[in-house]
Amino acid sequence: MNELLALELTPVVVTLAAFQAGRLLQKKFPSPLCNPTLIGMILVIVFLLLTGMAPGTYQAAMVRLSWLMTPATICLAIPMYEQFQALKQNLGAIALGVLVGAAGSMAVILACGLVMGLPDSLILSLLPKSVTTAIGAPLSELFGGLGGVTIAAIIVTGISCNMMGPGLCRLFRITDPAAQGVAFGTAGHVIGTAKANELGELTGAVSSLSLVAAGVFTAALFPLLRLIL
Amino acid sequence: MKYLSQFFIILLFTLAGEALQRLLPLPIPASVYGLVLLFAALCLGVVKLGQVKQAGSFLTSLLPLLFVSPAAGVLENWGLVRGSLVPMAALVLASTVLTFGISGRVAQRWMKKEGKGRE
Repeated sequence: MNELLALELTPVVVTLAAFQAGRLLQKKFPSPLCNPTLIGMILVIVFLLLTGMAPGTYQAAMVRLSWLMTPATICLAIPMYEQFQALKQNLGAIALGVLVGAAGSMAVILACGLVMGLPDSLILSLLPKSVTTAIGAPLSELFGGLGGVTIAAIIVTGISCNMMGPGLCRLFRITDPAAQGVAFGTAGHVIGTAKANELGELTGAVSSLSLVAAGVFTAALFPLLRLIL
Repeated sequence: MKYLSQFFIILLFTLAGEALQRLLPLPIPASVYGLVLLFAALCLGVVKLGQVKQAGSFLTSLLPLLFVSPAAGVLENWGLVRGSLVPMAALVLASTVLTFGISGRVAQRWMKKEGKGRE
């Protein structure tokens, strides 16, 4: 058993199994709460605690898989390009909404975090929590945030946006389908976009463009925060 | 072989992104440089959609799986997180609501303005 645990391949297989279990669960209970990444994360943590495998050993072995993260993130340019072509007439309003939303998100977190007296490393970890994990996690780490905390916050953000989104559209009287897409993509990245796709084709398309734009704008705005923190 | 040549092009952009991140003194992830470069290449027609589409879709579909192990990294920071769990959760929820409202309202207002301008 211990010999099997010491194999470099074991963490990869365990992670795949944990993620697949999450996917099966979501198929059975189609709720945003049954997020495969979230379930996979919990199962991997349980595995580490049960076997006593050091988190560092696990992470080192996962490099076999995780090096694909950068090329996979770069490929987000492909759906972005496709939506960009389809949504040409609304681009100005989409870009403005995403930019103001991304800046507002960071300003709120920075101000409230400082007022609440959260440690700097946690504030930095929360700042990119509305953008897709592929961009938010490396951004957080570049600035001294904690990648794991950022990803957990990003997933909670996406799930809450997915579940509250339709209610928030009524609360803020966002009735235009394209504007709704901007809100879902900017506030709730990929998990919010899943709900936007349910609401309609235009809403989903705008949301998937907005989520990538929000990631790029946040990355561009992030260096400015270095002047404050 | 189509997948292989598509994957090769994607890796070239990855390499370019990594190179830019090392050359430029800005704290921007290599993936964001690569994303912007690939987007620009598609817009300019340097790279055609069909040269990256299938391998790209496959790679992006892997992203939720690739996040599992870094997310499990939260275990290592549990000591720091535990003490601030409630204020952090409140902040995450409140800022999500505000971001949703701000981005949606701004976009909606601007669309109306542009719509009127065209009429």
